Amino acid sequence: MSLERKVISGRAVPIRGNEVDTDRIIPARFLKEITFERMGDFLFQDARFNEDGSEKKHPLNDAHYKGANIMVVENNFGCGSSREHAPQSILRYGIVALIGESFAEIFAGNCKALGVPTLSANKSDIQMLLATVEADPSATLTLDVDSRTVRIQSNGKEDVIQVTLPDARRQSFLDGSWDELGTLKGNLDKIKETAASNLPYFTNFT
Amino acid sequence: MSKGTLYNKVWDRHKVTTLPSGLDQLIIGLHMIHEVTSPQAFAMLKEKGSKVAFPERTVATMDHIVPTDNQFRPFFDTQAELMAKTLEENTKEYGITFLGLESGKQGVVHIVGPENGYTQPGMTIACGDSHTSTHGAFGALAFGIGTTEVRNILETQTLALSLLKVKKICVNGTLRPGVTAKDVILAIIAKLGVKGGIGFAYEYTGDVFENMTMEERMTVCNMSIEGGARIGYINPDQTTYDYIKGRDKAPSAENWDKAVAYWESIRSDADAVYDDEFHLDAADIEPMVTWGINPGQGIGITENLPNPAGMSDADRETAEEAYVHMQLQPGTPIKGTKIDVAFIGSCTNGRISDLREAAKIFEGRKVASHVQALVVPGSQQVKAQAEQEGLDKIFIAAGAEWRGAGCSMCLAMNTDKLKGDQISASSSNRNFIGRQGSATGRTLLMSPAMVAAAAINGVVSDVRELQEVTA
Repeated sequence: MSLERKVISGRAVPIRGNEVDTDRIIPARFLKEITFERMGDFLFQDARFNEDGSEKKHPLNDAHYKGANIMVVENNFGCGSSREHAPQSILRYGIVALIGESFAEIFAGNCKALGVPTLSANKSDIQMLLATVEADPSATLTLDVDSRTVRIQSNGKEDVIQVTLPDARRQSFLDGSWDELGTLKGNLDKIKETAASNLPYFTNFT
Repeated sequence: MSKGTLYNKVWDRHKVTTLPSGLDQLIIGLHMIHEVTSPQAFAMLKEKGSKVAFPERTVATMDHIVPTDNQFRPFFDTQAELMAKTLEENTKEYGITFLGLESGKQGVVHIVGPENGYTQPGMTIACGDSHTSTHGAFGALAFGIGTTEVRNILETQTLALSLLKVKKICVNGTLRPGVTAKDVILAIIAKLGVKGGIGFAYEYTGDVFENMTMEERMTVCNMSIEGGARIGYINPDQTTYDYIKGRDKAPSAENWDKAVAYWESIRSDADAVYDDEFHLDAADIEPMVTWGINPGQGIGITENLPNPAGMSDADRETAEEAYVHMQLQPGTPIKGTKIDVAFIGSCTNGRISDLREAAKIFEGRKVASHVQALVVPGSQQVKAQAEQEGLDKIFIAAGAEWRGAGCSMCLAMNTDKLKGDQISASSSNRNFIGRQGSATGRTLLMSPAMVAAAAINGVVSDVRELQEVTA
């Protein structure tokens, strides 16, 4: 798969709720693994399943949203713990982009590091989007990272909303440079120089 | 944009370059790792045959999955044992200092860093844990990161970051008796909300923070992230330097003056410019208790539970959800709410001074018969100190359980968990749904002394009533 994230299209699953923290996205007791491989299995575990394993009513248990690759959320999504397991579980479940009113900083940064755009829109547009995909799970969304817009097609109708995405993030999705490791590593000599000249604590002030 | 703040000065010192993306590449002076968010990063290194660039600038310990009841190896929980073993192997392979159970220095990463002198003013500090903000108490820029960023630091000792705005949080005056650092930060978050800090670093300033001990400052900075601020810090001063002096990794006596000169140089200027300010009067703060499902849903112990009808849309929706989960009624007092479990510990309140405050309440009293009380020291060194002072005997005589060091029931990745819809009075930092290990479990956040008072009375109590009796 190309690293560029210019246009993402697909169906969306609506996840309502404010301040949905990363403990809810994936409870801590499922993090006891040394790889991220199985994290997709535990996405929203406690919101989706009763203790006996039976299903609760939840959009991710609704067959209509099977195969959705975009998640629509409300505000301060992903607050709390910095666990990358949360975006890993979302990505491994099959979601490749999120649209919401707002995202917690560490969570949005972790998503970016995985090449998952988190787009913000105003409250009324998010409410319209949630209502649309709840009424019509087959609605198609087209996220255009370049123009920072989302096109929504449902029952022959079409809407376009504006979204926000910081410039640096937008650029990294457009040119596929969202994994910064290579760029950072290219400056190793400069890192050593900066530490030697600016940071006396690197030598314990000798 | 802010100017002349500690945040700006430390940022500029650590900046390598501005990257083509517009982000700044920043050196991370101290990297702390633990067993939960590092194994995947090491796996990425191994896959490509990469090296750790500055192994001497990373330090590891083990906290989240460590059982606090039986710490003999191998752990009964095979998943926990595998995580422990993986961290041991990774740190050995890459030449990273590991403070394990045999070292006598193991504990919650945010307690271990400061108590061994790793944490110092004017550093940038990162760890795959959101409560890394704790280290800001020393005048460091300290923040939580994800596992991909852990990998980036291991391979380059740097991160790509965007500059935050700086909000000055000013609390002046004198705290009333019975009001602690925990109450101060819970009051700030209750006022500013859990989103108030998004996009900001918080600089805590004013009489109240200046008069605090380092351990109290750590409690405040620890919960910055609960207010949405990834970073919270306090300018270093004599209190800071006195705390660091003589610790394991502190600068040596002969280099001490140079260290202090650097630390003084990164303090915020008197005429520093801030992006925003918030003021609170110390006298207006009382012992706090959270009643909901995020740390911003807190009230004073003498207050009644708020009515959602008077709130803005988003707050009302969250409050309504909270009342359903917590099985509490608007308009009723929080005081008198029956509890099942009392938990004292965590990176927020698992230090020696926290245990001393709790012991004062427990001394000569008994834990209510229906309550399970856990006292969990934040590190092996805190445990040893507490035992030297005889605090363990006070806890045990009161009927509380005295445990080994670890994260315990703060996040329940170990054997300590709530059962069913039990209510816990907890000195930890998060009351999120499911946080303490049961999907229906309920958490009331408060100070360690308030937790002790709730444990004794079996219901949420005003600790000042017990303190008056003691005094």
